[in-house]
Amino acid sequence: MAVTTPPASAPASPQAYTYAAHRKRRFKRPDFLHLYTVLLMVYLVIPLAVMILFGFNNTHGRYNLKWDGFTLNWYRNLFAIGQLTSALKISLLIAVLVMIVTTVMGTLMAYAIHRYKFAGKGVLNTILVLNISSSSVVIGASLLSLFVAWNVALGQFTIFAAQVMFSIPYAVITVRARLAVLDPAIEEAAQDLGATPLATFFKVTLPQLVPGIMGAAMLTFALSIDDFVTTSFVSGTTLTFPLWVYGSTREGTPPQVNVIGTLIFGIGLIVAIISGVIKERRDKARLRLING
Amino acid sequence: MTITAAETPVPAAAGRTPVHPAVRRRMLKKRFTLVGLLIPGGAWLALFFVAPILTLVILSLSTGNVGLGWHLTYTWTNFSQSITSYKPEFLHSFEFGTAATVVALLVSYPAAYWIAFYGGQKKTTYLLIVLLPFYVSQLIRTISWQFILADQGIFFGPLKALHLMPQNFHILATPWAVIGGLTYAQIPYMLLPIFAALERIDRSFIEASKDLYATKWETVRRVVLPLSTPGIFAGVLLVFISATGDYVNEVILGGTGTGVIGNIINSQFFVNMNYPFAAALSLVLMVALLIIVIVYSKSLGTEDLMGGGTY
Repeated sequence: MAVTTPPASAPASPQAYTYAAHRKRRFKRPDFLHLYTVLLMVYLVIPLAVMILFGFNNTHGRYNLKWDGFTLNWYRNLFAIGQLTSALKISLLIAVLVMIVTTVMGTLMAYAIHRYKFAGKGVLNTILVLNISSSSVVIGASLLSLFVAWNVALGQFTIFAAQVMFSIPYAVITVRARLAVLDPAIEEAAQDLGATPLATFFKVTLPQLVPGIMGAAMLTFALSIDDFVTTSFVSGTTLTFPLWVYGSTREGTPPQVNVIGTLIFGIGLIVAIISGVIKERRDKARLRLING
Repeated sequence: MTITAAETPVPAAAGRTPVHPAVRRRMLKKRFTLVGLLIPGGAWLALFFVAPILTLVILSLSTGNVGLGWHLTYTWTNFSQSITSYKPEFLHSFEFGTAATVVALLVSYPAAYWIAFYGGQKKTTYLLIVLLPFYVSQLIRTISWQFILADQGIFFGPLKALHLMPQNFHILATPWAVIGGLTYAQIPYMLLPIFAALERIDRSFIEASKDLYATKWETVRRVVLPLSTPGIFAGVLLVFISATGDYVNEVILGGTGTGVIGNIINSQFFVNMNYPFAAALSLVLMVALLIIVIVYSKSLGTEDLMGGGTY
């Protein structure tokens, strides 16, 4: 923050010294808050560290609870548990489908809400807010009621339907946040230059929306692959990764779960860092463009 | 949903005076575009969000069983029974939800404040760390806590071995473990909106406050805190709703006497197969949450949850 003192290493001219000293006396950097923040970060990371560490644990019994030495055994035998592997495959398949379908639906809806006025917009917004602020248990219970009432067989399709439904508002919010910062003059310019609305959308609006759409895709993928409560209501006998893990807690969770958790964590982190770096590069390039 | 043409300013008497065919074509085209944009998501929401809630209402007022099916008989007994039979579980849910919300707020605010105002170049790193838990399944994180808090686990085991702690001390299977787990899971959801609100505060307000001889504490209390209420509002709402409905933390970290309503709903569906009763329980939870959220929103001023202004 610029409000506080200049860096200690900076040579202080007499004038700057008085001003800085004045500020420093009354507004010291709250170092105890810094320590507190660091401790909170450590607290947030502890369970993740435990998960990663015990993926390397050379455990022999059913319970992976106490440190028995280092091994890469569980990485080598990652797919040794057939049920777990197939649950993971189903989770990944559903997550990819949910990501694609929800991102498309959410982008279209966000664009409609942003660009047009229409009767029923208020109703649509209320539905989106209600959806996002509903408890997962209630959502799961209501979907199960519907599927039972209509005699829909529970399984991969019902899981997909449920996950797309509760992810739509998140995709809409993410894309709308991006739409809100776009300059409408660019679209108008395209139209003035004779572009049809469709061409304007695909050649002008869509490319500018890419960061928002990417964000929505990452978010909906994460929501899908992590969902337990709603999915557990509509899954029937189908097991997704979280459902299998939940079932395993009674008999002791095998270390493979830690390994899969670690790998998903690693991949997610890499994707986040890469997209962060891309964003930074783009921002810098844009700044250069503006500043000449 | 009826759709009105918006962009083109239509003359006041457009209904009667003949519209130029080209204008009409453009208006029609716009309508088709709008329908095309809205139908996929809108239909999905109608089919899998609105219709299920209506089914839930009908089911809660029905009688019958799995074998014979249910018939709408407008019985209210499910509702009265749900409150009388499961009052402790409802109370637990709201107690745990409230406790987790309050603790998460108190724990997150100072850190969000520090990151927003003093994070400097490391701001992005701190935010990335706050987001890290999202990259691990919530279930695995909760299992990690079960493991950390276990009576002879990596934390209490050594302490007990060294006699630094009474042998019968335990935290797992108590309400404290449940509240702790819920709070842990919710901290990022609380911290991020508060951080976003703090980040939006115009720094010149703080300069002005300092120039007007406010002490640091006065600046925080009378300038920063009021300006960050939108973030607090959003965070509290998000956390309270999801913590109150959660039952995963209770099942994994709780014990006897910590039962919450989410788990009761689940077992009424899957163990007792009493669908109308389970539906009534869900609706009671939903309506109670809705009332709390509405009262809360009204008392703190309305906040546009979906972002981007009002309509």
